[in-house]
Amino acid sequence: MQSAIENTLDIEQIRRDFPVLDQTVNGRPLVYFDNAATNQKPLPVIHALTRYYEGYNANIHRGIHHLAEQATAAFEASRRAVQSFLNAKHWEEIIFTYGTTDGINLVAQTYGRRFLGKGDEIIISTMEHHSNIVPWQMLCEERGCILKVIPVDDNGELILEEYEKLLSERTKFVSVVHVSNSLGTINPVKTIIDLAHGVGAVVLIDGAQASSHLELDVQALDTDFYVFSAHKLYGPTGMGVLYGKKEILDAMPPYRGGGEMIKEVTFEKTTYNDLPYKFEAGTPNIADVVAVKTALEYMAGLGKENIAAHEHDLLQYATEQLSELEGLRIIGQAKHKIGVISWVMDGIHHQDTGVILDQQGIAVRTGHHCCQPLMQRFGITGTTRASFAVYNTKDEVDRLVTGLRRVQKMML
Amino acid sequence: MTINEKQDEIIEEFDLFEDQLDKTQYIIDLGKKLPPMPESARTDQNRIMGCQSKVWVDAELKGDRLHFYGDSEPTAQISKGLVSLLIRVLSGEKPEDIANADLYFIPRVGMGNLITSLRSGGLASMVERMKAFGRAYAQQTVTVQDPSNA
Ligand SMILES: Cc1ncc(COP(=O)(O)O)c(C=O)c1O
Repeated sequence: MQSAIENTLDIEQIRRDFPVLDQTVNGRPLVYFDNAATNQKPLPVIHALTRYYEGYNANIHRGIHHLAEQATAAFEASRRAVQSFLNAKHWEEIIFTYGTTDGINLVAQTYGRRFLGKGDEIIISTMEHHSNIVPWQMLCEERGCILKVIPVDDNGELILEEYEKLLSERTKFVSVVHVSNSLGTINPVKTIIDLAHGVGAVVLIDGAQASSHLELDVQALDTDFYVFSAHKLYGPTGMGVLYGKKEILDAMPPYRGGGEMIKEVTFEKTTYNDLPYKFEAGTPNIADVVAVKTALEYMAGLGKENIAAHEHDLLQYATEQLSELEGLRIIGQAKHKIGVISWVMDGIHHQDTGVILDQQGIAVRTGHHCCQPLMQRFGITGTTRASFAVYNTKDEVDRLVTGLRRVQKMML
Repeated sequence: MTINEKQDEIIEEFDLFEDQLDKTQYIIDLGKKLPPMPESARTDQNRIMGCQSKVWVDAELKGDRLHFYGDSEPTAQISKGLVSLLIRVLSGEKPEDIANADLYFIPRVGMGNLITSLRSGGLASMVERMKAFGRAYAQQTVTVQDPSNA
C-alpha cells in the first residue's frame, strides 16, 4: 500500500487527514477553495497542539523543571526545522513572529527606523498585499523616505524593465511579494534580489503565499529577509517566521521590550539578549510554534514537489474549465503561477457570486484580497478567487463550474 | 397594510421555498423589479456605508407617510433585492412606525446565511439608515408642516 503513494498522491487518503473537510454546508458537501486565506490543518498538526497542552505545557527558557525543559526543547526543535525548511545558514536567523504582517512590521520598525532616513527610497510593487504596503507607508511618513512602486502588466506580471529604472543609489530597501495572493503570479525574486543588491539595497521577500507551494532556499536566493505565516502551510494561526541574515539582524535594534529579549535589566540600562531572542519579547505562541514543525514534516512527507504538481494540475484544469464560461475573465494570466485563480464575470458582482457559491457549499474568497492598489490597476473593485491546496480535487473544480453556471443562470 | 402585515406576507411567500438558492433567486428577481433610482439621488450622502457593493437609499415625506427609494450598482443584484424587500415593508408608513419597527421577517425568512455572507453588515446598515430617516421625519412632523401639502 505505502509504496503506491510514492510519486502520485492519494488524495482521498490525504483528505482523511483533514477532518474539517468532511462536512456539509447548506446541505451540500463542502468544497474549500479559500486556501490562500488560510488552509486546513491535518490531524498530526491538531494532535501536536493537543499533545502540547495535554502533556508538557510550560513556559520556555526560564523554568528548570521537567515540563519547561520539554517545552523549550520542542520550541527550539521547531526553530531548527524552520531553519532547514528555508535552508538558512544559522538557527539564530529564525525569529518567531505572529505572522507575515508581524514580520514585515518588525523589519520596517527596527531596520527601517535605524537605517532609513530622509530621501531614501523604498521599492515595493503594485501587487503587494496591504501587509507589505502599509508598514512602509508608515515608515515613510515617520522618516521621510519615498515609496516607489513597480508596475504590473496586463497579464499580472511585474514589469522588470520599469523596476530597473526605479533602482538607483537612493534605493535603500526593496520589499516584494514572492507569490501574489490575488493573481497567483510567481515573481522572479532571484532577479529582483540581485538587481537590488547591485545598487546596495536590502531586500525583504513576502513569502506568505510561496511557502506552501515552492521550494525555498534563502541562501540560494541571497535574500536579506524572508517572511511567512504558518497558517498558510497547514500549520496553526498566530505563528509566523522572520528570516534575516545574521549580520543584519545583529545590527538591528530590538522591537518590543520585555521577557526573553533582555540579558540584564537595571533602571539605568538594559542589555539585550542575543539573536534570536532579542526579537522575541514576552511569552511566545509556544504550542503553535511547536506544531509548525509537525506541519513542515507533514508537507515533507507528501513531498512538496508532489503537492505543487497536484495543485498545478488543478490550476490548469480550472483555467480550462472556467475559460469556457461565457463572460468570465480571468485576472492574472502570468506564465508562472501557483494554484490561485481569480476572475470577474460580466454583469455579476463578485460578492453575489460568493454568496451563491456558498449556498452551494463552495467556499471562495471575494473582494479585493487586501490588494486594493492591484484591483485599481485592473480597473475592478474585486474578484472571485479560488485557491487550491493538496486536498482539492478535479471533481471539486467541476462543482465550482456548475456552481458558477448556476450563478449566471440566476443573475442574467 | 401595516408593517407587520407586510412582514407576515413576505414570511409566507418565503415559506414556499425549501432551498436557500430558491430564496436567493426570489430576492434577485425582486431586485430586478425595483424601479431605478434617478442618477441625481445616487449621492454620497445617500450611499449606505458598510455594503461591499454600492447601495443608495433615499426617502421622501408625502403627507404623513414616508416613501423610500433605493438602488444598487447594476451588478449587485442581491443587495438590490434586499433593498427592495425593505422598501416593500417600510415604504408608505408613518415615520414613527418606521423608527420603531421590529423587522422580525429578516431572521424568519431564513436569510441568515445570506446576511452573514454579506459580512460587512450591509443589510444592517440599510435597516439602520431607513430607521434613521423614520426618526428624523418623526421629529420633523411634530414641528414643521410639509410645505407641499399646505
Ligand atoms: C501575500 C501576502 N502577504 C501577507 C499576508 C498577510 O499574512 P498574515 O495575515 O498571516 O500576517 C498574506 C495573507 O493573506 C498574503 O497573502
